[in-house]
Amino acid sequence: MTIIEETAGSPAPDASRDADRPLLEVRDLHVEFHTRDGIAKAVNGVNYSVDAGETLAVLGESGSGKSVTAQAIMGILDMPPGRIPQGEILFRGQDMLKMSGEERRKIRGNKIAMIFQDALSSLNPVLSVGYQLGEMFRVHQGLSKKEAKAKSIELMDRVKIPAAAARVNDYPHQFSGGMRQRIMIAMALALEPDLIIADEPTTALDVTVQAQVMDLLAELQREYHMGLILITHDLGVVADVADKIAVMYAGRIVETAPVHELYKRPAHPYTKGLLDSIPRLDQKGQELYAIKGLPPNLTRIPSGCAFNPRCPQAQDVCRTDVPPLFPVTERDGGALAGRGSACHFWKETIHG
Amino acid sequence: MAEPEKTSEAVDATPNVARVETVDAATEEQAVAAIDAPVERGEPILQVRNLVKHFPLTQGILLKRQVGAVKAVDGISFDLYQGETLGIVGESGCGKSTVAKLLMMLEKATAGEVFYKGQDITKLSGRALKAVRRNIQMVFQDPYTSLNPRMTVGDIIGETFEIHPEVAPKGDRRRRVQELLDVVGLNPEYINRYPHQFSGGQRQRIGIARGLALNPEIIICDEPVSALDVSVQAQVINLMEKLQDEFNLSYLFIAHDLSIVRHISDRVGVMYLGKMAEIGTDTQIYDHPTHPYTQALLSAVPVPDPEAREGRERIILTGDVPSPANPPSGCRFRTRCWKAQDKCAQEVPLLAVPERFKTSDSPAAHESACHFAEEKDVVHAA
Repeated sequence: MTIIEETAGSPAPDASRDADRPLLEVRDLHVEFHTRDGIAKAVNGVNYSVDAGETLAVLGESGSGKSVTAQAIMGILDMPPGRIPQGEILFRGQDMLKMSGEERRKIRGNKIAMIFQDALSSLNPVLSVGYQLGEMFRVHQGLSKKEAKAKSIELMDRVKIPAAAARVNDYPHQFSGGMRQRIMIAMALALEPDLIIADEPTTALDVTVQAQVMDLLAELQREYHMGLILITHDLGVVADVADKIAVMYAGRIVETAPVHELYKRPAHPYTKGLLDSIPRLDQKGQELYAIKGLPPNLTRIPSGCAFNPRCPQAQDVCRTDVPPLFPVTERDGGALAGRGSACHFWKETIHG
Repeated sequence: MAEPEKTSEAVDATPNVARVETVDAATEEQAVAAIDAPVERGEPILQVRNLVKHFPLTQGILLKRQVGAVKAVDGISFDLYQGETLGIVGESGCGKSTVAKLLMMLEKATAGEVFYKGQDITKLSGRALKAVRRNIQMVFQDPYTSLNPRMTVGDIIGETFEIHPEVAPKGDRRRRVQELLDVVGLNPEYINRYPHQFSGGQRQRIGIARGLALNPEIIICDEPVSALDVSVQAQVINLMEKLQDEFNLSYLFIAHDLSIVRHISDRVGVMYLGKMAEIGTDTQIYDHPTHPYTQALLSAVPVPDPEAREGRERIILTGDVPSPANPPSGCRFRTRCWKAQDKCAQEVPLLAVPERFKTSDSPAAHESACHFAEEKDVVHAA
């Protein structure tokens, strides 16, 4: 059995090969935080890539490192206490971690934009939404205040905020939760970026509004042919919009798969446990399956596979050897594109 | 209630004030006795009738005048039966948490009655109210803010016994707290730890132990798992179901997660803007919803099955929930409803079994507050 290895010695940046290179590629990213209790290893070797027009869902519980990875990509990680000891984040083949602050600023907002979870605390309460939206144009494109405001109204129309021209001077608190999240989306879209990172964009919203916002996001993504990294813990949302999924646990990706495959045949006991533990609307069982135990403390990640203390299939090898991301194949060895599982017993999990 | 025996007034020599007090004490005694009496399984233990809570909106600093009211709860009625779980779902701002506070008597109702074993608890006070409070306990949403960070787990759970000393004698309390910790699946040796030493799921277990401490009959759970991770949610839900069987509890389970509510509830009520839109058994609501709001709500829930995403019909509502300070006339849902007609703006639909289903015994025959109620299976639609 072979192990997925990132091609050693990355190819020299070559403009002509831009087309077949993924839009964004994260390679062996590590992030740690220095705390009083020791070093918290939030991200421990994450690899993933997103193409234009593709939706990658990063699924994980709190503390799994999904948001920290996104912050590292955006370059908004607090450093210190955060530190990136190794890894590469390639945007169109260029390592952003090696760029100067000035170069990164040109990418941030312009090429890669982010939508945050809590729209109320992400917007400045003392500035009107029109001013905050217009800031993108004033700073990145040097437009005048008047031109920027006109653009803001256009954007608010674009994300279907009713009476945009009348509301452009309103403040964030005057909008409802769903409308505020639309403003966040508008702000991310302002400069038509190539990639949008949405960190739990609908968690704070009600289901009926969540459906509206996710629909809008999908529609805009199709229109602008953007890449989308959707960070969430909601298995339902993922099933609705994702193309491929990366499941994270304790700072590592434990399983990657195309969306249909993952739900049909999970190849990692953690993914399997998560899928079994959700009560489904169309089936009422007796007792829910529950993954026993708790997610690990990031300053003391268990040796071997981080999931081993909670895993029903754990053997001795799981406590000593860290499982790499094995490529997952059919029973007869037939390849399954895009599938990987960081479990020593992935065969038993998927086929057993 | 102070004058039930007018005829004896003339012959009674004792001063009027003292006599009223004794009568009060007697009725209180009766009330306490009624509250402590057991209720048969399947009998209503809590009956809510036309419960209303309006929060006044005032203007001016010195001379406050009321300029309106936020109609958080505007006339809802339901029964909670002994031993069952009644789920209440609805979007934020629909008044579900206010209902919880009213039932706990943490807020005073503007109008309406809440009968607990036949006693209207909104009118009780003193000893009788204290007895009711012992029997109705609550588990809160946020396990991070609902536990005092400066108190140990033993103090947090044991504090209930200081207020209701009759439940556990003084020397016995520590043992009782340890027993409770064991019941909710925590190590009894953790009794001297502080809340910050526990994870979210463990904290919620402490909250549940506190709710159980006084052997209540009803536990009101206000979004008990929404702050927890998916893998931990299942553990807490399983624990709550186990405890219900063990202690014969009735749950009022308030949540916005429809799949969890369906899993745990026997009956479900759907609230919209301070009113009950539809109420029925879990099958009636989930498989045979007749109110358009319920249908929209159910169809909007993302199903964790990618196969379903193409075929599924989704009703996506436009706009937001209107402000409860100025709700629409007639049916409150009409501003977002695709079926709305003139009648909906004029007449408030009553929560009743719709006329067309009255004679049928199909599962669609349950209470629904819609003029144009019609069955639509949105969950299985494919």
